[in-house]
Amino acid sequence: MLDTHDTNDAVIKISSLCKWFGQFKVLTDVDLEVRKGERVVICGPSGSGKSTLIRCINRLEEHQSGHIWVNGLEMTDNIKNIEAIRRNIGMVFQSFNLFPHLTVLENLTLGPTLVRQMKKKDADALAMQFLEKVCIPEQAHKYPLQLSGGQQQRVAIARSLCMEPEIMLFDEPTSALDPEMIKEVLDTMIELADSGMTMIVVTHEMGFARTVANNVVLMADGQIVETGPPESFFGNPQHERTRTFLDQILKH
Amino acid sequence: MASPSLANPAPFDPDARMPAVEWMKRNLFKNAFQSVLTIIVSFAIMSLAWLLFRWGVLDAVFVTNDPQVCREAAGACWAVIGVKHRPMLFGLYPYEEHWRLVLMIVVYLATVVISLWPRFWNLRILVPLWIASVTAITVLMFGGVFGLRYVPSNDWGGLPLTIILFTGTVLIGMPVAVLLALGRRSPLPFARGISVIFIECLRGVPLITILFVAVNVFPLFLPQGMEVNKLLRITVGIAIFFACYQAEVIRGGLQAVPRGQYEAAASINLSYWQTTRRIILPQAMRIALPSITNHIVAAMKNTSFVIIIGLFDILTATSAVMQDPLWRRYYIEAYLFIAFIYLFFGYALSRYARQVEKWINIGRI
Repeated sequence: MLDTHDTNDAVIKISSLCKWFGQFKVLTDVDLEVRKGERVVICGPSGSGKSTLIRCINRLEEHQSGHIWVNGLEMTDNIKNIEAIRRNIGMVFQSFNLFPHLTVLENLTLGPTLVRQMKKKDADALAMQFLEKVCIPEQAHKYPLQLSGGQQQRVAIARSLCMEPEIMLFDEPTSALDPEMIKEVLDTMIELADSGMTMIVVTHEMGFARTVANNVVLMADGQIVETGPPESFFGNPQHERTRTFLDQILKH
Repeated sequence: MASPSLANPAPFDPDARMPAVEWMKRNLFKNAFQSVLTIIVSFAIMSLAWLLFRWGVLDAVFVTNDPQVCREAAGACWAVIGVKHRPMLFGLYPYEEHWRLVLMIVVYLATVVISLWPRFWNLRILVPLWIASVTAITVLMFGGVFGLRYVPSNDWGGLPLTIILFTGTVLIGMPVAVLLALGRRSPLPFARGISVIFIECLRGVPLITILFVAVNVFPLFLPQGMEVNKLLRITVGIAIFFACYQAEVIRGGLQAVPRGQYEAAASINLSYWQTTRRIILPQAMRIALPSITNHIVAAMKNTSFVIIIGLFDILTATSAVMQDPLWRRYYIEAYLFIAFIYLFFGYALSRYARQVEKWINIGRI
């Protein structure tokens, strides 16, 4: 039996999470709740621990103290728990991390066939459906490195969606892209948000945060400084740290 | 007209087409010193070539059964290959059964050629194919069934023995190498410890020591009356030695696979073995391919070490054959013949590896 925990209506609940890299404390007492269908944008200066935080949610990083619950299931060392939680979470990385030796279609069908034990034909159909959703079905038989950065990132999004997760984590999905490609990826993400997906997005794209997020979180030095809906976060920030950050990022 | 250096700013561009005379002027006779060097060197090369040509072709004896004819000729005695090729190629194997070895080589080459073709890279084809051809080769070599005369493996020799040792080494050695390489990077301390000890201990000793242990020491540890075929012991010995080196090469490839690949695999919930087999190993092997080929070619030549335990691989068989007092003075021709066979297989291997690299680059595999 897997331990469950009543987290009310939060699909993700993080409480007093701490993490160290060696002697260096990267996360200090982080508390965060994400409800179903909610879009949370996490921003903050580099090195503030925002990537580490979302990487803890699907255990790409191990936390040393505090708790993470996903759908009431606590993230522990137990491999069963880790797998059960990862089943519900998709992730998109800054550097795409597509599998370069597999075609786009194979990238998408690998998880469904191996993990969800789908038949190849069904997995192919599913993959094509998601490639159409991200508007690049014609690239299915190419290799990732033959595509542009924006197309690669959309493939990566489709690959995550093929696992049909409830929650999507985005770790700076547009930071490695040329400016003209950022929009196509953001559009895909907005479409995903409109479909009701629960999303946690680490990004510097404040326009995206303003229009899509229900909640914007500012992190600095491993702590959450300010949380709030975009209107108050941008319009009336409560903390000095938030104001300097917004000044710096919105000035140019 | 523009000066030549402006018209052609990269004078060493290999694509630049130049008339031969122009090219020679520029590269061979640029100034007096270069011209003198060119003349001296080309004279040396041409006289050497002439000498070789006279020795190897003009004055050579190609066909004869009489060593006296060779003795009277000034050039090479290629006839020795015609006279002695069967014991050189087939060692001590009974003379009238040599057709079985020819058939074995044909079966082997056919199997290898099929296996190297990407379109047949499917376990449902390759596994039955290899089971069939290994069975066929075993039957041909040993005999004892279908009215074939029984030939013990101690009498095997020459090219078939070299082929068996080499192929056995690669077929047994590569999977062991992959496991050792994975073990050395494993998060499990036990697997890591075993792999490190295995690799470091065996890499640290000469191959001859391992062969000596396999032949003379290993049987002492077997229970009374039990015996493992000597050829098998030797093959496994060479294979494990090969695996230890190859493991380090593969580990290099594994280390070159970016961390993001592991993370992406984890994020779609692939297990350790799924990640390893489908994501990490294919990329690591592609990266390490040039060095892997290097060790495979070396393994082919390492087979000649079996001389120390009295097996007659192609090189040892040739040395033995050339003890014949009538023909022994023509050992150079005999060894050139053997060198050519090694070169043929070695060069075929590296050409194939190049082709595989090309396939990888165009994304065909």
